[in-house]
Amino acid sequence: MAELKPYREIPIGGRIEKAGNSEEFKTGDWKTFKPVWNSEKCTNCMVCPVLCPEDCIPVEKGEKPVRKETDLDYCKGCGICAQVCPVKCIEMKKGDADE
Amino acid sequence: MNKEMPLTGAQSVAHAMRQINPDVVAAFPITPQTDIMMNFAKFHSDGKVDTELVRVESEHSAMSCCVGASAAGARAMTATASAGLALMWEILGVASGSRLPIAMAVVNRALSSPINIHCDHSDSMGCRDHGWIQIYNETNQEAYESVFLAVKLAEKVMLPCMICLDGFITSHGVQNVTLHDDKQMKGFVRDYEPKKWLLNTDDPHTVGPLELQDYYFETQKQRADAMIQAKEEYLKIGKELARITGNEYPLFEEYQMDDAEAVVIVMNSTAGNTKAVIDKMRKDGKKVGLLKPRLFRPFPYKEIAEALKHKKYTAVLDRSESYGANAPLYAEIKSALYEADSKPKLKSYIFGLGGRNILEPDIEKVYDELLSGKFDHLETGYIGLRGE
Ligand code: SF4
Ligand code: SF4
Repeated sequence: MAELKPYREIPIGGRIEKAGNSEEFKTGDWKTFKPVWNSEKCTNCMVCPVLCPEDCIPVEKGEKPVRKETDLDYCKGCGICAQVCPVKCIEMKKGDADE
Repeated sequence: MNKEMPLTGAQSVAHAMRQINPDVVAAFPITPQTDIMMNFAKFHSDGKVDTELVRVESEHSAMSCCVGASAAGARAMTATASAGLALMWEILGVASGSRLPIAMAVVNRALSSPINIHCDHSDSMGCRDHGWIQIYNETNQEAYESVFLAVKLAEKVMLPCMICLDGFITSHGVQNVTLHDDKQMKGFVRDYEPKKWLLNTDDPHTVGPLELQDYYFETQKQRADAMIQAKEEYLKIGKELARITGNEYPLFEEYQMDDAEAVVIVMNSTAGNTKAVIDKMRKDGKKVGLLKPRLFRPFPYKEIAEALKHKKYTAVLDRSESYGANAPLYAEIKSALYEADSKPKLKSYIFGLGGRNILEPDIEKVYDELLSGKFDHLETGYIGLRGE
């Protein structure tokens, strides 16, 4: 985390002086289970990217879209992807995001 | 051109709003505030202002509307009373916490329950620690002029400001009010020029974000400092306003205080009754005086301690209860005196809850009790309460 500033040096009212900064706020660090994805078994059916409530399963666009590795910085560990995957190639495993 | 005319307090405030011509006004009715918005809405439909008048569905929305407008860069105002103010509670904190200079007239009325539409100060006292500047007003003229002071002060220190006046007594009572020249008053408040505003697409920023253990504390200290700063700014802006109006805007008014032995401290309309009692008792040679706080937030502790230090007896009359604690004004006066080397014998009285009348003989009795020197200063007195 960036160095914390004293009260005289911060903008008033908690204002954030630039826009579009919410992606800097990593929200994935409180998950209990993380989805471990087996890319080899994945059929790129596009079910999990659509149903992930955090929109944190990236997709490479193209004629045949390709599912990419889950962005664990924002994944909450809800397990929906693992539930909906038709080929069961996602396994929910205990452990924090950094493991 | 100045115009003197008979106006209710509500009309006086509405005229001030007409002269200020705010960018956005949020309107929601509640007795006895409704008359302010009704009069302002008439100015609006008559084309006297080009304000965006937003008819919201609750006071919670009224304050939310002001918060949004103010953050966007507009000069935003509203008015409320009692339960309306209570419903705004959450957003009052958003306004002051986000440092948005919203000005709002509060027509003081009792809070439920039991339901009661008449005057006491439980509404604005209930939110006295919510980071809003509070200016209390005795007369229609004071209420009218305070609106201008409030707008400018709020924008100077970036904190919202309440202009408090007594429900019905002031809001519906007619007095001769001098309306100052439109152009002069517009010139006094000038246009609001925010340093940052959300509609400025060249300077995108975020208002009202999440702050947790890392920054929330620092942000509150800034708000507390701004409130302290508001005292000096109130006096400065008051001096500037005095050049136009010829009236003064002290932290508190002192009436017959120089040689007073017995002092009553009371806010808003009851101060007027007290002055009449003082005039009568002075004729009989009684040394009585009045201290009428005008700026309640921030509270002028040092100045009040200085004004009271050589007085013998002082009574603080509160028009609201603080259940199980010292009444709000009394608590402040008492704490103001703690550091003083010399201090008067101080007694707390509660009066006028839910609009209960307080008459001149009631106030005279308080002075007589003080002057007798024989009173239990630790026991709260209740004026006009059956069974007392
Ligand atoms: S666990 Fe939930 S949040 Fe994480 S990738 Fe799967 S669906 Fe998205
Ligand atoms: S649901 Fe399963 S198969 Fe389909 S894209 Fe996601 S991981 Fe791959």
